[in-house]
Amino acid sequence: MTQVLQEEAKVPGQGAVPEKRNWRKYFSFSTDHKVIGIQYLVTSYFFYLVGGLLAEAVRTELATPEVDFVSRELYNGLFTVHATVMIFLWIVPAATGAFGNYLIPLIIGARDMAFPRLNAVAFWLIPPGGLLLMSSFLVGAPGSGWTSYPPLSLVTDQAGQAIWILSVLILGTSTILGALNFIVTILKMRSPGMTLNKMPLFCWAMLATSALILLSTPVLAGALILLGFDLIVGTAFFNPTGGGDPVVYQHMFWFYSHPAVYIMILPIFGLISEILPVHARKPIFGYRAIAYSSIAISFLGLIVWAHHMFTSGTPPWLRMFFMINTMVIAVPTGIKVFSWLATIWGGKLRLNTAMLFAMGFVSMFVIGGISGVMVSSAPFDLHVHDTYFVVAHLHYVLFGGSVFGIYAGTYHWFPKMTGRMVNETLGRIHFVLTFIGFNLAFLPMHKLGLEGMNRRIAEYDPKFTTLNLVCTIGSYILAVSVIPFLVNMGWSIFNGAKAPSNPWGGLTFEWLTTSPPPPENFEVDPVWTIGLYDYGTEEATEVIKAGPVLAMAAGAET
Amino acid sequence: MNIPSSITTLLIGILLTLVSLWYGQNHGLMPVQASEEAPLIDGLFNFMMTIGTGLFLIVEGVLIYSLIKFRRRPDDDTDGPYIEGNIPLEILWTSIPAVLVLGIAVYSFEVYSNIGGLNPMDHSMAHGHQTHQTAMAMPGSAIAATLADASMADPTTNNQQVAEAATQDPATAAVRDESIPQRKDALSLGVTAPRLGSTPDKQGKLPELVVNVTGLQFAWLFTYPDTGVVAGELHVPVGQEVLLNISANDVIHAFWVPEYRVKQDAIPGKQSELRFTPSKVGEYPIVCAELCGAYHGAMKSKVIAETPADFDAWMESQKLASGDRFDRAVALNSSEKSTDEFLSPFVSSWGVNSSTVQQLQSHQLHSAHVHPFAS
Repeated sequence: MTQVLQEEAKVPGQGAVPEKRNWRKYFSFSTDHKVIGIQYLVTSYFFYLVGGLLAEAVRTELATPEVDFVSRELYNGLFTVHATVMIFLWIVPAATGAFGNYLIPLIIGARDMAFPRLNAVAFWLIPPGGLLLMSSFLVGAPGSGWTSYPPLSLVTDQAGQAIWILSVLILGTSTILGALNFIVTILKMRSPGMTLNKMPLFCWAMLATSALILLSTPVLAGALILLGFDLIVGTAFFNPTGGGDPVVYQHMFWFYSHPAVYIMILPIFGLISEILPVHARKPIFGYRAIAYSSIAISFLGLIVWAHHMFTSGTPPWLRMFFMINTMVIAVPTGIKVFSWLATIWGGKLRLNTAMLFAMGFVSMFVIGGISGVMVSSAPFDLHVHDTYFVVAHLHYVLFGGSVFGIYAGTYHWFPKMTGRMVNETLGRIHFVLTFIGFNLAFLPMHKLGLEGMNRRIAEYDPKFTTLNLVCTIGSYILAVSVIPFLVNMGWSIFNGAKAPSNPWGGLTFEWLTTSPPPPENFEVDPVWTIGLYDYGTEEATEVIKAGPVLAMAAGAET
Repeated sequence: MNIPSSITTLLIGILLTLVSLWYGQNHGLMPVQASEEAPLIDGLFNFMMTIGTGLFLIVEGVLIYSLIKFRRRPDDDTDGPYIEGNIPLEILWTSIPAVLVLGIAVYSFEVYSNIGGLNPMDHSMAHGHQTHQTAMAMPGSAIAATLADASMADPTTNNQQVAEAATQDPATAAVRDESIPQRKDALSLGVTAPRLGSTPDKQGKLPELVVNVTGLQFAWLFTYPDTGVVAGELHVPVGQEVLLNISANDVIHAFWVPEYRVKQDAIPGKQSELRFTPSKVGEYPIVCAELCGAYHGAMKSKVIAETPADFDAWMESQKLASGDRFDRAVALNSSEKSTDEFLSPFVSSWGVNSSTVQQLQSHQLHSAHVHPFAS
């Protein structure tokens, strides 16, 4: 690492590249994908904290069996907005928006996204969408869950519900615009020589994700527009009072919202596939298997939605169809997990914070995956549907999966984004607190659900008190774990050690340019010379040792 | 790839299998089994738990082993071995999950069939018994249909009187009140309404007890169509197959008895069915599992599983009580009393407590208020 630093210092002209720090551009309509990526990242972390506060309010209420902290109506609003914020304003914008925008042009050797202005528009839909959602607390927050099933969503807190619909529509529009941009950028703007089968795995993941977004999000928009008509105009698409069918809404809603979990996790799969080989110092194991399994998950993800409806509106044969489809997803997912394990196996693991979170991701995601196969089994789901077992399952997938992955990505690319290194000690404290708090908060929920605790309730049977108290304590530790993270980020941006271009010795293109990269990303168009995951070969060692210029020069010669 | 020696692998494999098998059977995560369906579901869960434990131990074991064994030494700046893939290994770990998933799918299918998930033909039979077809032809909501079952039961019995009493008593009258949103023209036997049919060994036989279940914000009402008895708690005899005809009055609810391992949504405008056979005497909670509004967490009731003799005794006492009620309901001019005053003498015998009634009333007002387009 030090060697890379020294080499770099000797390169003439290198000092002129980093532009002056200008914080204003991060608050304005910039078309630079790196600025937009960081705007996405900071905005989504902000909403993560908001969603976290809402979650803490929910857990505080659940510390005791009685309703004693907030009113029942407010409680329903809290968990509804918590879920909506975490999905639409945290995980999706952070995983696709932030890392997709920041990384994809860099990682494929392009100078920007295909449609930079569209990109900026997509981002600038997020803050108003988010603030609109928050404003619902002023008129009575929507209290029918993030699923907003009619007829309940038509009869409670109607103003809040209308705001919820509008804000989710705005956020969904943003996602669709982003996905269009990703697809065109990945397909059209790769550097010469980078065929599909040679491009980074993150691009495969984002391609699969974007396809899912384009196919499923419009259906959610359709469902919400119809729901809005029922709510505001008084039509009866889903309202049984007028002859509508509430189950149709569930079909439309889950046609988006099940793929949505893959929209949240597929980019993370991509990030992990980029992070693990760098810190394990080994090539990714089974490149093609990982790449194609992303596509398989994307396709299968579109035909599993009715497993959310095993207890509601599905005829028996349909239950079996969706049960088997859902279980099949375990196969491509298993391929990924085993490939990651094989990547780690026999490597020279550098256990910095990014790697710890990446390995923590694998270990926690597996628990969510196993419970996922369980709930996909129709007869078992008849017992656990809408219980805390499902709450535990989804948090293992979305917190143990997505959030650990976003943390890993943040630590891994922080030097590239800011030009500074993070404090590893604070990072490790952050990891340990997150890991303990997370498991304490969510592991007992499996038992709670199996024993008979239903979800979305402010009061519960006193026999569940002890386990709920453990969950609440775990959630407080999780809240505290954010403090070392924020301190670390804030301090490191200004005072961290200067980051070299390639602090981790990575082989993907973003490590070939300066940290942070110049506005046009690369001085010379980078050209693919060796495999992006060829760790352990002599060429790779040479490229890493020589620093970025050699690779770029080698590229320029061809 | 640095695969450990085969003996070690074998030993670890055996240990792993034993631990998984033991934990899969002894996890102690489930509540008591109180229905004949419960052991089947638990068997499936234990099977999945065994596989899950094995997978969990493999993945976490590899991670922890790597964390210790493969961590970079401080003076070592070299890279790991250049291994890109291994086709046989990849085929192996694709086929193992595929086979496991297939196994779970087949087992799930078997259990689903054994708890009656695949017997759609039962449906019409069960309803033929209750003259549901007549109900279907009549305009009326799901709840009206369930109550109509009662009134149209065999005219040779005295059920009709009792049933009429049930339809006139204030609690059910409130349920049927026009102001509560419900689908007026509903085909209450919706063909897509989900159900668990009878178990294969009971296929073709009529269920031994039929109960009409109505979910409303925020209570459950149980009507026994053969006798017209209305109750706020579900009484069932042990060892007899129970068929629940489930409907919802306002929003979606879900009927769940954790100890029975069965759950079914109650959907307004649709009629759904659930069958189970209680196997153990006792009281178990009935939980509403689908978010239904502010008091969702308070929407609780009990299923009381009794010996057939106790059940019959309870049924007799209820018939008498509702008979009394009917007489008194006729004797008194109920319009002179508020619903609450009228109800108060019967609160304890029904299990419908006064807070339920309060909620019912407030809901009535609420829905009248918010549903300008309801009719």
